Amino acid sequence: MLIDFFFKLKTHKLPVSIKEFLTLLEALQKGVIGSSVDDFYYLSRTTLVKDEANFDKFDRAFAEFWEGVEAIPGIEAEIPLEWLLKQAELTLTDEEKKLIESLGGWEKLMETLKKRLEEQKERHQGGNKWIGTGGTSPFGAYGFNPEGIRIGQKTSRNRSAVKVWDQREYQNLDDSVELGTRNIKVALRRLRKFARQGAPEEFDLENTINSTAKKAYLDIHMRPERRNTVKVLLLLDIGGSMDDHVKLCQEMFSAAKTEFKHLEHFYFHNCLYDFVWKDNRRRHSERTRTWDLLHKYGHDYKVIFVGDATMSPYEILQPGGSIEYFNEEAGAVWVKRMTDVYQKCVWLNPEPEEIWGYRQSVQVMKELMGGRMFPTTIGGLEKAMKVLAK
Amino acid sequence: MRFSGSEEYVSTEDLTLAVNAAITLERPLLIKGEPGTGKTMLAVQVAKALGLPLLEWHIKSTTKAQQGLYEYDAVSRLRDSQLGDPRVQDIHNYIVKGMLWQAFSRDTPCVLLIDEVDKADIEFPNDLLRELDRMEFYVYETRELVKARQRPIVFITSNNEKELPDAFLRRCFFHYIRFPEKETMEKIVDVHYPKLKKNLLREALEVFFEIREVPGLKKKPSTSELLDWLKLLLSEDIPPEALRSKDRKTIIPPLHGALLKNEQDVHLFERLVFMTRAKNN
Ligand SMILES: Nc1ncnc2c1ncn2[C@@H]1O[C@H](COP(=O)(O)OP(=O)(O)OP(=O)(O)O)[C@@H](O)[C@H]1O
Ligand SMILES: [Mg+2]
Repeated sequence: MLIDFFFKLKTHKLPVSIKEFLTLLEALQKGVIGSSVDDFYYLSRTTLVKDEANFDKFDRAFAEFWEGVEAIPGIEAEIPLEWLLKQAELTLTDEEKKLIESLGGWEKLMETLKKRLEEQKERHQGGNKWIGTGGTSPFGAYGFNPEGIRIGQKTSRNRSAVKVWDQREYQNLDDSVELGTRNIKVALRRLRKFARQGAPEEFDLENTINSTAKKAYLDIHMRPERRNTVKVLLLLDIGGSMDDHVKLCQEMFSAAKTEFKHLEHFYFHNCLYDFVWKDNRRRHSERTRTWDLLHKYGHDYKVIFVGDATMSPYEILQPGGSIEYFNEEAGAVWVKRMTDVYQKCVWLNPEPEEIWGYRQSVQVMKELMGGRMFPTTIGGLEKAMKVLAK
Repeated sequence: MRFSGSEEYVSTEDLTLAVNAAITLERPLLIKGEPGTGKTMLAVQVAKALGLPLLEWHIKSTTKAQQGLYEYDAVSRLRDSQLGDPRVQDIHNYIVKGMLWQAFSRDTPCVLLIDEVDKADIEFPNDLLRELDRMEFYVYETRELVKARQRPIVFITSNNEKELPDAFLRRCFFHYIRFPEKETMEKIVDVHYPKLKKNLLREALEVFFEIREVPGLKKKPSTSELLDWLKLLLSEDIPPEALRSKDRKTIIPPLHGALLKNEQDVHLFERLVFMTRAKNN
C-alpha cells in the first residue's frame, strides 16, 4: 500500500527519492504519529516534499491515493497503521485476503477503482476539482463500489467534513502553472553556473597568511573570484507582444544581477534600431544611441537579446520599418552591427519554439543571429549559456 | 522527548508534527516561510520547552561550512612562537571550535539552530552533508575524529534566496510556515499581548490584513511588524474606534509607519488611500 503511495507520487511527477521513502517508513515504525489520517498526511509531506511549490501537487496525489485506501472495506475512521506497514512488506493475513477475494480479488478491485477514477477524471476535465470530492463522485467514499457494496460511508461521516489535503491551500504556490516562473528559477541556476565558469583568480590574503604561518615560508594562495568578471549586456524587447513576458525576463535578470560584476541592460521595441533606453517610462526623453553602446561596451561583453521577435518582417528589413519613428537604417543593419562587434551573442525567445516556424520575423531574426536563438526553457537556456561561455 | 507547543509560541499541528519527526529520527528540520513567520523563534522555543541548551549559528554571505566545524588560528601560533610563548607547543591551543563541534561535544542533547542557510554561498549546504548526516568530521591538524556524542536537534531556516541542493534536502525534514491566517494570528498576538482588548485586536487585524492585500507592495508587513504596531497602539493608547471607519480604505491608520517600513510602500499606500477618498467624494 505504501509502495502504491510512493508510485502515486512518482506518477504525479513529485521528485521523491527512495531515501526519503525509507525515512517515512522509519518514522512510522518509530511511532512519530498516532493513527489519524491527518497525521499521516503531515508526516508524509514533511518527509517527502521539500519544496512548497510542490505541496499542491502532493495534495492532489494524496487525494487520489486516499480515495483508493478509503474504498477498501474495513478501513475505519482511522488509518490502520499496522495494516499500512504490512502492506509495505507486501503481506496480508488470510482474513484480509479472504475479504479482498470476496470482492473479486485485490487486483480487480484496484483495477476497477482505477478505471472508474480515470473515467471520472475525464468527465471532470475543465473544472478544478478532481475525482470524488464534494460527493460528486459516483464511486468512492460516498457511493458504491462496482460490486455494489456500500463502502466507506462510516469513514467519511466520522471524519471532519473537509480533509486537509482537499483544501488545496498551497495551490497558489504551485509555480509550474504560471507560464515561465518555474523557468526563472532554472534560468537563475544556469546563469549562476555560467557566472562561475572561468572566473579569474584573485589574491587570497587570508589563506596566504594562514598557510604562510603554518608552513613558515611564504605560501601564496589564489582563489576564484566570488563574483566573476563576466560582462553581460542585456537588451530587452519591451511593449507590445512582449508585455506578457517582460516582467518575467526582468525578474530573471534582476535576480541574476548580484551574480555578475558587470550587467547592463537596455530596452528596445520589437527590433534594435539606432537607440535604446534604460527606463521605460522615460523612453522618449532619455535615450542612448546604439552607436554609443557599441563604443562604450568592449567586445568582451556578452550580449543577450530577449524578445519574441514577433513583428512584421518589414520592421526588421526596411529602413523606416519601425512602428515608433522613422529609422534611417533597417533594424537588420543594427543587429548585424551588434553580432559583428560581440562574438558572444544570443537571442532568448520566450515564445514556444514550435511556433517560431510559423512566424517569418522570427525566422529572419534567427538567421541574423546566425542561428543563435534559444527558447527560455531549461534546455534552451542551457544551450544559450554554453554558446556564451565558449 | 516530544515537543507540544509552548506558552510563548503558537505552533500549528503540522509544524509540531514535523518538529517531533525531526526529534525522533534525529534528522535536521528545514524551515522556510515568509519573513517574520517565526522560523528563528521556533528553535528558541523548542529548546526552551524541552529545557535544552540552544546553540545558534547565524549564517552570513561570507560564512564557510568549515567555520561551523573549527578554525585553525595559525597566525596566532606564529606570533606566539616568535614571542616564545610555551602554548605554541600544543596545537590544540589554536584550534577554535565552531558551533557544530560545540554541539557534537555535549554529553546531553541540545538544539542547534543554523539560521538563514540561504545567505551563504551555494556550495555551503553541500559542504555540510556528511557532517549533518553522520554528525562527525575529521580534524586534520590534530588527526582526530569528532563524533557527536548526542545527536543535536538541528533546525535550519531559509528565506528562499537560493535553491538548496537536492542531496541536502533529502537529508532533512521540511516544513513551510504559511503566513498565519486570522485565527492563528489572533493566538500569536494573544501570546505577546494577553491583555489586549478584543475589539482593538479585531480592528487592528482587519487593518493589518487589508494592508497586506495592497497590490504592489515591496514588502508586505509580517508578524513582527504587526506586533510592533500593536505595541505602539497600546503605548499611545489608541482607541479601537480610530481604526474603524465605514470605508476603511479612505483612512490612513494611525502609526502606519510601523507596518510599512519601506518609503516607497508608504507612498504607494497613501496614494491609494487618497485616490479612493477622492473617488468617493
Ligand atoms: N507562531 C508564533 N508564535 C509566537 N510568536 C511568533 C510566531 N510567529 C512569529 N512570532 C513573532 O514574530 C517575530 C518574528 O519571528 P522570527 O524572527 O522568528 O521570524 P523569522 O521567520 O525568523 O523571520 P526572518 O525571515 O525575518 O528571519 C518574533 O518576535 C516572534 O515572537
Ligand atoms: Mg529569522
